[in-house]
Amino acid sequence: MDLKEKLVTSFMAFENKGNIDLDSKIHEIRTEAIEQFEKAGFPNRKNEEWKYTSLNSLVKNDYSVFPKGDATVEFKEVKHYFLHEIESYKIVFIDGVYSSFLSDTTHEGADICILSSALKQPKYKMIVDHYFGKISSKNDSLTSLNTAFSKEGVFVNIPKNVVLPKPIQILHFSTGNEKEIMLQPRNLIVVGENSHVQIYERHQSLSDNTVLTNAVTEVFAHKRAIADIYKIQNDRKTSSIIDNVYVQQKDSSIVSVNTFSFGGNITRNNLEFHQEGEHITSNLNGITVIGAKQHVDNHTLVHHKQENCESHEMYKGIYDDSATGVFNGKVIVDKLAQKTNAYQQNDNILIGDKASINAKPQLEIFADDVKCSHGCTIGQLDNSALFYLQSRGIPQKEAKALMLFAFCNDVVEKIKIPGLKPRINKILAEKLDVELGMDL
Amino acid sequence: MLKINNLHAGIEDKEILRGINLEVKPGEVHAIMGPNGSGKSTLSSVIAGNETYEVNDGDIDFQNESILELAPDERAHKGIFMSFQYPVEIPGVSTTNFIKTAINAKRKAQGLDDLPAKDMLKMIREKSELLEMDRKFLSRSLNEGFSGGEKKRNEIFQMAMLEPKLAILDETDSGLDIDALKIVANGVNKLKSQDNAVIVITHYQRLLDYIVPDFVHVLHNGKIVKSGGKELAHELEDKGYDWLK
Repeated sequence: MDLKEKLVTSFMAFENKGNIDLDSKIHEIRTEAIEQFEKAGFPNRKNEEWKYTSLNSLVKNDYSVFPKGDATVEFKEVKHYFLHEIESYKIVFIDGVYSSFLSDTTHEGADICILSSALKQPKYKMIVDHYFGKISSKNDSLTSLNTAFSKEGVFVNIPKNVVLPKPIQILHFSTGNEKEIMLQPRNLIVVGENSHVQIYERHQSLSDNTVLTNAVTEVFAHKRAIADIYKIQNDRKTSSIIDNVYVQQKDSSIVSVNTFSFGGNITRNNLEFHQEGEHITSNLNGITVIGAKQHVDNHTLVHHKQENCESHEMYKGIYDDSATGVFNGKVIVDKLAQKTNAYQQNDNILIGDKASINAKPQLEIFADDVKCSHGCTIGQLDNSALFYLQSRGIPQKEAKALMLFAFCNDVVEKIKIPGLKPRINKILAEKLDVELGMDL
Repeated sequence: MLKINNLHAGIEDKEILRGINLEVKPGEVHAIMGPNGSGKSTLSSVIAGNETYEVNDGDIDFQNESILELAPDERAHKGIFMSFQYPVEIPGVSTTNFIKTAINAKRKAQGLDDLPAKDMLKMIREKSELLEMDRKFLSRSLNEGFSGGEKKRNEIFQMAMLEPKLAILDETDSGLDIDALKIVANGVNKLKSQDNAVIVITHYQRLLDYIVPDFVHVLHNGKIVKSGGKELAHELEDKGYDWLK
């Protein structure tokens, strides 16, 4: 039985297991989704959006799709994956199952908890019915697959006028309890008017067993809300992730999604921003640093629908060895969206002789009074700059690393969670295999 | 200290230096002048170890050892410093952090521990005062958005921090107004001692009013065509280079 068949036949058992109310809206949404997935199947390279990323090597595995949830993890084993220096809310999953032991949730002032309880409790019914599945794509088969199996993940509901006093950390650990595991976390994040939130998210495998994560996150930002989301992807060579993020913004809200991809096996990020109002700002930032045979694909979409909105997109990539990268940045400016200011920049450095990047900016502009710019560069390290640094006594390896740090700097500078910037710099130094002996 | 013997160098098949001979002793200041394209900048790059250029013949000895096989950073560790005509901008790395990294890399190569932070700060304070530099400037990203004059002053600041035995100043006067030129020259003069040497590479005589050379060499078409004392620089200023060709 191939993976698609296995998933489709597992669906019934999944629904029964959850003691699902067959009249509920969620049941209807899931059923529709599994039908869509069954019809479309896994995407292949004939699909234009998947031309440079093949899932063939991933879908041939025999994943276990129902988490057993009997694995435990000690905090000290995984402490260094947290931003442990700062106060925060924590939501932790082990092999897809919520770990109350490692988590620190709240219902005071805001709900920062888990989706499974939100789906069950009547008091959240209105919110779930109002938001769940509303912006996640119904034409993307992997999103549909996640929707069909949506049960667990993060539920964040921040009412009006709340500035969260500390960031939220979301961590997913895979223990290797199963030889091959498929995880489908589903997150729903609602930020009320004038409210602020910062989120840090990481998926981490603790063994060399195979992991495939197919995640979906929906983010709703109301008027004047501010949301900063940071993703660290720095997993083992046996872990792959397809991370689908859908953001909907209302008037004068500011949402930033920052993706730091240090790779795993195959990483695919689908990030969509839908602007439903005026004076909205959307920020999309990314750094990719990979080597060996790692693959990172960043697919982004910004849809400007109304007047006076902005989007700022900056993705940087460094590719060593035989690593391969994809950047596909689509910006749509509707006819109504006059005075749009859309900026996109994608810069890449190829270090490895066999490394490659496929970069594709796509602009579809239907309004006539807009400022849209895009730029894309692919290059190598500048030899004259390298000579400059070496002439000051800095050895070649460190000099190269320093230049790559400088290359990434304007994205790193945008980090707002305290403690995260040095963390990113530390991972960068590890990836570039240097000890810089300086605090950048 | 530095002995260049029949040096031939170029890029790919194009020969730029065609047999340079030059000896620099401790305590001396040498000026190398010449028209555009005569090979001045190539000479400084080759001494500092720029791998873009290939040495085809001859040798460069520094303190009685050939340095041709050494990487630029190893030459720097031995005490060679080059001030660049076009210093590179490094966003995200402050001048202070950069110079710390450079000094500690040199100390590491010499088998020494990192310079204690207190000593480093003291040294930074002293040397930046010497060059009348605003301290704020040191916490800014290296050369990023610096004016031409600020970049050159920063080069000499780095030279002051690294305390080289041989400093090569490549067109340090270009892009400097007269006040900045005086400050830079003054810094170089204060760093001058009986144990170190300076090679000033310049197109114009102007800088040599402030950094007075013991010897002046004229480079033309990849060869030193004339050498003399400081009066040669004045002669060149009056007559130009044509009479030497």
